[in-house]
Amino acid sequence: MLTEIYFDNSATTRVCPEAARKAMEMMTQNYGNPSSMHALGFRAEQELRAAREAVSSFLGAQPEEIYFTSGGTESNNIAIEGAAEARKKRGKRIVTTAIEHHSVLKTAKHLEQKGFEIVYLKPDKWGKIGPEQVRNAITPDTILVSMMRVNNEVGSILPVKAAADAIEEKKAPALLHIDAVQAFGKLPLHAHRLRADLISVSGHKIHAPKGVGALYVRKGVHIVPLTYGGGQEKDMRPGTESMPLIAALGTAVNALPDLNKEMAAMKELNMFLRKGLSEIEGVVINSPDDALPYILNFSAGGVRAETMLHFLSEHGIYVSSGSACSKGHESHVLKAMGLPRERVASALRLSFCRYNTIDEAKIFLSVFREGMKTIVRRPL
Amino acid sequence: MKEILLVKLGEIVLKGLNRRTFEDVLLKNIRRRICSLGSFDIKERQSTVYITPKDGADLGDAEKRISKIFGIATYSRACETEKNISAICSATYEYLHKELSAVKTFKVECKRSDKKFPLKSPQICTEVGSFLQKKFPSLKVDVHNPEYTVRVEVRDFAAYVHGNSKRGAGGIPVGTGGKAAILISGGIDSPVAAWMMARRGVELTAIHFASPPYTSERAEQKAADLLRRVGEYAGHMAMFTVPFAKVQEEILSKCPEDLFTVIMRRFMMRAAEKIAQHEGCSALITGESLGQVASQTLPAIVCTDDAAGMPVFRPLIGMDKVDIISIARRIDTYDLSILPYEDCCTVFTPRHPRTHPVLKFVRQAEETLDVDGLIENCVSGAKITKIEPSR
Repeated sequence: MLTEIYFDNSATTRVCPEAARKAMEMMTQNYGNPSSMHALGFRAEQELRAAREAVSSFLGAQPEEIYFTSGGTESNNIAIEGAAEARKKRGKRIVTTAIEHHSVLKTAKHLEQKGFEIVYLKPDKWGKIGPEQVRNAITPDTILVSMMRVNNEVGSILPVKAAADAIEEKKAPALLHIDAVQAFGKLPLHAHRLRADLISVSGHKIHAPKGVGALYVRKGVHIVPLTYGGGQEKDMRPGTESMPLIAALGTAVNALPDLNKEMAAMKELNMFLRKGLSEIEGVVINSPDDALPYILNFSAGGVRAETMLHFLSEHGIYVSSGSACSKGHESHVLKAMGLPRERVASALRLSFCRYNTIDEAKIFLSVFREGMKTIVRRPL
Repeated sequence: MKEILLVKLGEIVLKGLNRRTFEDVLLKNIRRRICSLGSFDIKERQSTVYITPKDGADLGDAEKRISKIFGIATYSRACETEKNISAICSATYEYLHKELSAVKTFKVECKRSDKKFPLKSPQICTEVGSFLQKKFPSLKVDVHNPEYTVRVEVRDFAAYVHGNSKRGAGGIPVGTGGKAAILISGGIDSPVAAWMMARRGVELTAIHFASPPYTSERAEQKAADLLRRVGEYAGHMAMFTVPFAKVQEEILSKCPEDLFTVIMRRFMMRAAEKIAQHEGCSALITGESLGQVASQTLPAIVCTDDAAGMPVFRPLIGMDKVDIISIARRIDTYDLSILPYEDCCTVFTPRHPRTHPVLKFVRQAEETLDVDGLIENCVSGAKITKIEPSR
């Protein structure tokens, strides 16, 4: 039997059995529309409430501060465009970083065309953004700061606290949006402690199905919705609620193991692979030392990332080159980090979850070593 | 820098020999409300409760909950420091520099309850004030109208430095004022009435009348949600959902239409009283406000009261709707209250209810009904739901 080693959990994850069962139940038995007046509708509404409770409780928020969306991309779109639209009279300046996800960067580009001034903070060679950089970029006329909690490609942790401090200090009318898609379910995300106004999270990175996510909007913060409809999600994101997905998201959140314990296991796995990889000639680690241990990015000296990816894939090992969202395109994150072309072209990302084991890491290392020996290098 | 929450007790400090009882209940309530947020060290001395977070528990979350516990006059986040003047001075700078750099004028106030401390209060104020002025050369002292007040307290365990205190929820601790049953429909008034009685120390049990199929599960859910909000102040409680459709159908078919509401209210009182007695409550609470609707005129209330065998408290009786609404907003029940579900009070409302019912005729009208049987039906069919405070 071919082994299956899935080291691409930042692209997406396997749905956990509890969430899959819940989705099935919501499709076949508890299939009512939560807006229906009858008992079946009421039962669906109870599930909607339970899911909202689960997500809000993870974020240390109130249930009414959570809006379900179709995922991280939509949450980011609503947060950024909605905030810009709501605050456009108070200023035009938006601060973000060059290593954001495309759902942030392209929304920012779109706003640029509408007349907003966007500042893209550049990372250092480890994909890190300095607190001073953030502080200096935020001016008293900044209306929005959008920053990821954890970078999806290299796992660097961004200084969102510095952003919150600077907004307070400069008395900027800015909302703070945190794209927490890669941090959700992995790092503690306490909305008030982060002093965030908006937080985007996604389901399919934490063993819920694809197609569902949520946006936290702090009570009292007004942003303009992008779509119009029948009043669901308090008109922030109308459309009949996707109950199978939403209920599964709630279930997946409740099924999250103890964060500290899981973090310890991930650190161990990450350290093991870091050590193993750095012993192989030509391998350079791209993730910073203090990255989120769930993500490990490295360059396979001289071997084209795609070739190695397919080689590993033939052996039942699934990893990613750059980020999966940008299929085959060269990584904008690694480029922004200023890495030389060869390192960008040979960069692979491993990303882990609670189902991964040290034994899998051992197999990965031996297959990878074989690949490094046998794959013919072509100029990059 | 060690940050703690200083909680000052409210009017219970005026209690005499049984003050200890009040304090014990308050401490129990505090523990119960914040234990789920992590681990805290809670102790009381000199009318002040000291709440110290342990193992990374979040003080901000605790503060939010403390703001909703009755029996607390004021609370403030403070920095704990050693009892010597230079430590106090540097603590004021470290802990409050952000606030101080945002203002132009300030003053220092000091309370020295530890009389062994060598400096007297005015001396401490002077020391701290001149220290801060050196640190912030643009800052001026204004003892009459300062933009910011730095407070120093030299107490038994340590010295504490903080800015302005926040007002607590007031009242007296829930559980020191006996137990009463609130009749909750789902409107704006009853949660406010419940909150007001809880503020006077009353522990609550809730009674909700449901009339399926005329009312939906959502109406019941709404009542439970409202109670969860009230529970943030009043603590956990039991909600009894009483099946009421049968009673309403009987009244509708056998009694004059214009007396429907007042007779229905009498049945509610009777059923509520039975449950209240069983639950150890000594009074009923309603959200009635004089003259608000036909059933809340003075003659109507006389008729309603006649059916109740225990005192009925109506804390809103003399309040205007706008005042009630402003409390509902403050305790965050208003938005829920206005959700449009039909409740047991609004179904079957007669077109022209009698605003001046006469007790004699009301009693006569009831003679056609099997009062005891109907009430028995209500009480035995009641369903209990546990209400935990919302977060």
